[in-house]
Amino acid sequence: MCGIVGLLVKKAELRDQLGAMMVPMLVGMTERGPDSAGLAVYTAPVSDRQCKLSLYSGEHAVDFRRLFQDLSAEHGAAHELAVEGNHAVLVTESDPDEVTEWILRHAPEVAVLSVGRSIDLYKEVGAPADIARRYRFDALKGTHLVAHTRMATESAVTPAHAHPFTAGRDFCLVHNGSLSNPHLVRKHLEPLGIEFETDNDTEAACRFFEWRLREGDALETAVERGFSVLDGFYTFLMGTDQELLIVRDAFACKPAVVAESDDYVAIASEFRSLAHLPDIAHASLFEPKPEEIYTWRI
Amino acid sequence: MANLKPVPSTREFDLTRESLRALNLFLHRQAAAEGVSQIRVHHPDGAHSIACGLDADLDVQIHGHVGYYVAGMNKHASVTVHGNAGPGAAENMMSGRVHVKGFASMAAGASAHGGLLVIDGDASLRCGISLKGADIVVGGSVGSFSAFMAQAGRIVICGDAGDALGDSLYEAVIYVRGAVRSLGADARFEAMGDRDRAAVGSLLVAAGQSHDPNEFKRIASAKSLYHWHADADQEY
Repeated sequence: MCGIVGLLVKKAELRDQLGAMMVPMLVGMTERGPDSAGLAVYTAPVSDRQCKLSLYSGEHAVDFRRLFQDLSAEHGAAHELAVEGNHAVLVTESDPDEVTEWILRHAPEVAVLSVGRSIDLYKEVGAPADIARRYRFDALKGTHLVAHTRMATESAVTPAHAHPFTAGRDFCLVHNGSLSNPHLVRKHLEPLGIEFETDNDTEAACRFFEWRLREGDALETAVERGFSVLDGFYTFLMGTDQELLIVRDAFACKPAVVAESDDYVAIASEFRSLAHLPDIAHASLFEPKPEEIYTWRI
Repeated sequence: MANLKPVPSTREFDLTRESLRALNLFLHRQAAAEGVSQIRVHHPDGAHSIACGLDADLDVQIHGHVGYYVAGMNKHASVTVHGNAGPGAAENMMSGRVHVKGFASMAAGASAHGGLLVIDGDASLRCGISLKGADIVVGGSVGSFSAFMAQAGRIVICGDAGDALGDSLYEAVIYVRGAVRSLGADARFEAMGDRDRAAVGSLLVAAGQSHDPNEFKRIASAKSLYHWHADADQEY
């Protein structure tokens, strides 16, 4: 069991409240996923020439500011956007792949959680409320977000196994369910040069969809292909810099409720995570139908 | 004076102020003893297991949306949800009546033995799975795999049905007004008789639906799975 949470605000004036609206949604999914939580928030993009990376050092004490100074000395300007304990957002004008490689070489205890122009990513082991407090999720601003509370069923409880999973740029995915053929999917992707970081089933789905996006598929097309490639139970919630997408497998065992109003689209595994939202009584409520793809754009 | 009935006593619960456990304890242990027969619940906010396991002639009115297993194992009571219900509404109901005014999520009425479950809106997948004798009336449509292995009871569907309706049916009977995307293994359409029309008519009245029973089709088990054919072509 896990909890999924998605929120997209339709009005510019609500972007400052994105995090505050979301925190009760995430905390409401604690019983479905008490062991880890994570979140991808899509903010106003950095400039065309820039890219940003979310970094995480877990239990290691890392001096991010010092690291960024060293990085700047070798790679040109590295701008620190925010450092919050073991988490930092780095903005760079250098090639993000080269920066990632440099970080892994010089600070192997640091994980690069996401790369893109809009995405910031947080994930951690522990109770969702504690994680929300530690990283001040209530202050997050942006257009949309994808979040998850995890109750591990098929692989270890570590920050790396927590959701969201990311691949490529500005793409993330969270999953409630379990896949039965992740190793087969991985066996097809690895010969294409696609590297995996964990043995988690969700990572296989994330890398499959991102590979299809790179091959030119629209997100909906990639998801349709997934119907015949990915076997198992899933409610997937995905984000790109432009869209939020939800899809459930043909058996739709894993729940989801969508509430849509003029102000927002809010998604959670259960209504109890939506009950607090403003004017929820007048929002249109529905459950996504099996193998139907629902997309909202910012 | 003998025709004066005692005025039903009503108790209000606001789940933003009182706990779910306090509500369910009251319904189980105190309501009947204190002569309270009507209970109104406010701000359910998707909580699980509201009014589960009732065993008394109570009238519970829930104003808002509920989560998993509302009125599960219900016996004698009448539970009305003025909103939507999460998975497993009226699961394993024994008797009484459960009425969901909005839509119901998956497995509504699963393995219910008796009583009547009414869903005004749509029911999601696996509605009436393993039904054991209760009646279900759905005002809208039902999702795939509904009435899977249903053993006894009746399901009236005023809208459409998804895939594999009535797969591996036993003695339960399904009546559908709209389109059926596909029937499950061993389920088949059968002719509607006078008794079927009367049964549908009375269930529609009980559910507050006004459709003409003549618009419904009957689905029941072909019973070809009742016996194992060792010499049949086996594909597995």
